Amino acid sequence: MKIPTMAELAAEGKQPEILFWVGCAGSFDERAQKITRDICKILNHVGLSFAVLGTEESCTGDPAKRAGNEFLFQMQAIANIQVLNTYEIKKIVTGCPHCFNTLKNEYPGLGGNYEVIHHSQLIQQLIDEGKLKAEGGESFKGKRITYHDPCYLGRGNNVYEAPRKALEVLDAELVELKRCKSNGLCCGAGGAQMFKEPEKGRKDVNIERMADVLESKASVVAAACPFCMTMLSDGVKHENKEQEIQVLDIAEITARANGL
Amino acid sequence: MIAQILFIIILATAIYLFSKNVGTIRRNILLGKDTDRSDNPALRWKTMAKIALGQTKMVKRPLAAVMHFFIYVGFIIINLEVMEIMLDGIFGSHRIFSKPLGSLYGLLIGGFEILAVLVLVACITFLARRNIAHLKRFSGVEMTEWPRSDANYILIIEILLMTAFLTMNAADHKLQLLNYGHYIKAGSFPISRFIGPLLPDSASSLEIVERVCWWFHIIGILAFLNYLPYSKHFHILMAFPNTYYSNLNPKGKFTNMASVTNEVKAMLDPSFVPETIAEPGRFGVKDVTDLTWKNLLEAYTCTECGRCTSVCPANQTGKLLSPRKIMMDTRDRITEVGKNIDKNGKDYQDDKSLLDNYITREELWACTTCNACTEACPVNINPLEIITEMRRYVVMEESQAPASLNNMFGNVENNGAPWKYSAADRLNWAQEK
Repeated sequence: MKIPTMAELAAEGKQPEILFWVGCAGSFDERAQKITRDICKILNHVGLSFAVLGTEESCTGDPAKRAGNEFLFQMQAIANIQVLNTYEIKKIVTGCPHCFNTLKNEYPGLGGNYEVIHHSQLIQQLIDEGKLKAEGGESFKGKRITYHDPCYLGRGNNVYEAPRKALEVLDAELVELKRCKSNGLCCGAGGAQMFKEPEKGRKDVNIERMADVLESKASVVAAACPFCMTMLSDGVKHENKEQEIQVLDIAEITARANGL
Repeated sequence: MIAQILFIIILATAIYLFSKNVGTIRRNILLGKDTDRSDNPALRWKTMAKIALGQTKMVKRPLAAVMHFFIYVGFIIINLEVMEIMLDGIFGSHRIFSKPLGSLYGLLIGGFEILAVLVLVACITFLARRNIAHLKRFSGVEMTEWPRSDANYILIIEILLMTAFLTMNAADHKLQLLNYGHYIKAGSFPISRFIGPLLPDSASSLEIVERVCWWFHIIGILAFLNYLPYSKHFHILMAFPNTYYSNLNPKGKFTNMASVTNEVKAMLDPSFVPETIAEPGRFGVKDVTDLTWKNLLEAYTCTECGRCTSVCPANQTGKLLSPRKIMMDTRDRITEVGKNIDKNGKDYQDDKSLLDNYITREELWACTTCNACTEACPVNINPLEIITEMRRYVVMEESQAPASLNNMFGNVENNGAPWKYSAADRLNWAQEK
């Protein structure tokens, strides 16, 4: 897959319409890498010119900030802002709600002002503009699909409808989890929990979330965050339901439905 | 005449004591650091109108919302009656509003009586939920003897006040029918007329009942007013400023610390001249005085309803963290700091702090920063900010983050990702498949 980088485009004197901020999980986590490639396939499919920072991209500093390390966060942020501003970036799409939240809300105060959207919002826009449909690929017709709201997309930034819109075009049987939208239950990974052992307790948060998933009787759980993806997949494995329940990102579902 | 003087003395004392206590709480709140919440007044008024006045966040739990609404409307509207009682007390008059209001007066008194019954129903339901049904939300480690009793006292006091109000009206109504003394025909009594038969028939006994209930009702209200600052019930007043000063940013946005920005910029660029900001020499929060006045205002606003804790993923999975406890600890500690100042002077330091003496590190590290607590709070309290500020202290001042998080910090710092992957491999995903 040929992915243009900002450095290459800049050398050719070109400016893409949008920067795709891949994020650390999207870059390194094997499962998330697949989602990253699917986002690129969607961008190519609709002919939106984009580029990535490639090796010039660095952690937004989100996990450091949530864990209380404001120094490290701002070191990362200021360095990233220098790179983004050098390339005169105006619009960013992220593959991760945590990058999305940090870039959108916390970078402006440090001199980084961009229009930032999450990939589910991009998909919604493309559907609304008629550029993206659900045809030519795998049929989800009649499949029971549910959606898990990532905290930093939903409660954190009030993005509830965009990912649902991406599912509505599938002609599938959509069901909500018992705790959804502003009442959604965390997957357990936020606040830097992803990078530490959970504190002592009765059970892990993702197992608590599995109760909702099982109750929904969905065969596909749609996610929109690489960390939720990890936690939900682990949860499904823990319940020995890998044969019955698939955890797929909104981008993967969209790519599949379009045969990309 | 003696009654009037006595009443004025009681009223003045009650108002004086209440103002004094509110002054102390105000002083305590202002021990917090400054934070600017003066922007966008239009949106702030709107937020207050919607959330405090309109109670829009209560509806997530419909039964509680309806019952709470009865008590809330009852409280506000019956205050009109309290105003009449006060004026009667001061001027030695009886039902002073009845003449100027004419036929509207009957409607009002009748309305108050119906509200009083609804308040009674709600209070009894709430007592039952706490003491018979034992709702899980009302238990938890932080719900010790005092908070539990506090809740019951409030409900019992409200029941007694409403009972006194209705009994007073019943006696008054009977006296009116007897054309006794100054008991002019005024008001309508759709509820209390049914209490009448339970009361004695002689006019002199009825007058005693009416007067006892009148005094009990008004002294009860004044005493209750002075109970507020010691109680979770203080939320009836604090909900308004607290929602006015709400965080208007998206919930996911955490504050950027200006003191850190200065240091980071100076580090990256030696020629950088920092803007002078008056910042205390501590990163993050160790004790309550490191918090902002808004955090402290929230602590005094909390009514311990436990909606935050009931939706907290950490709490639901048996971890130590309870957002309600964070707020109650903050309030208890700032009250303690305030008492220390009153007793020992402004600069007195005890050897305690919010961190460790009240809130443990295990609680702080259980949080997923998911914002379920802030979403659930009916009055926009933010326990999450206190948690993250305390994490900042633990990490930046003490370097006491859990070892696995220190590893993550090291990775971010050295290779720009929270895991141990080389920055040079960041685009490898494009090459596979």
